[in-house]
Amino acid sequence: MKILVAFCLTVAAALPAVAIDTGQAFEDPELQARYEKIISEVRCLKCQNQTIKDSNAFLAGDLRREIRNMIAEGKSDAEIADFLVARYGEFALYRPRVTGKTLFLWIAPGIFLLGGAIVLWRILQRRMTMPIDDESPEEA
Amino acid sequence: MTRFILPLIAFAVLIPVLMIGLTRNPNELPSPLLQKPAPIFELPSLTDPAQTVGSASYAKQMVLINVWATWCPGCRQEHGFLLELAEESAVPIFGLNWRDNRPDALRWLQTLGDPYVASAYDEDGRVGIDWGVYGAPETFLVDADGIVIHKHIAPLTREIWERDFVPLINEHGGNK
Repeated sequence: MKILVAFCLTVAAALPAVAIDTGQAFEDPELQARYEKIISEVRCLKCQNQTIKDSNAFLAGDLRREIRNMIAEGKSDAEIADFLVARYGEFALYRPRVTGKTLFLWIAPGIFLLGGAIVLWRILQRRMTMPIDDESPEEA
Repeated sequence: MTRFILPLIAFAVLIPVLMIGLTRNPNELPSPLLQKPAPIFELPSLTDPAQTVGSASYAKQMVLINVWATWCPGCRQEHGFLLELAEESAVPIFGLNWRDNRPDALRWLQTLGDPYVASAYDEDGRVGIDWGVYGAPETFLVDADGIVIHKHIAPLTREIWERDFVPLINEHGGNK
């Protein structure tokens, strides 16, 4: 058991060694934070369930490079998002912007939550009006 | 009774939605470039680094832009058809050699044949990004006004060519 725990800890400790995007892109911690936030919200189009931060596909590397350059040029987050959407479509953003096309994506969780709440409320209401006619087995 | 009917209706609605989802290919993303001006580019020529190949090479005519690379099995697959197309079609094919290396790409053209009027050499993938390329092979049809009118992702075949490209080419007048 101890050996297993030790093994797991060793593997966990070694994980940063397999990180895809190694090294600091920016000296300025604020720019670095922005960079990391953006690349963790852009889809790798080649490996669609990964972000470009997690992917080692060369396309992901190319996109990281372009985003790095754009941040260095002083482009805003919105301009960077526009750049990606103009080339790859809304699908490239893991956090799609609120537009006519993506509106349903944004409001759907609210609709489902509301639907669930209504169903729950109706069930509870029915239960509360039911007569309590069962007796607990201990008393029987 | 409604406690059974409502879930049944929900189920009946959900099944077709999910079934349509299954028939779609998640790797074929609609290109936002469609019906928009094709990106302007200029790159070194693959065959002669001193020359450039780019939008200026094909101005005012309808062309195919074929994104290819030697590491791409789908490109090998469609290569034979591209050679046939270069022979018989009035629409010239320009290559965008994407994220490849020159010696390999040149050897590929020498051994397999060269269907391209010219190939642009996009070593760092910068132009590929402007075209929204995410996986070779990709083929764009650009009309004489420089508008992208079709994009095909995956290897090109005669069947796809005749079904998707030929009607569009005729509709847009092809090349006189």
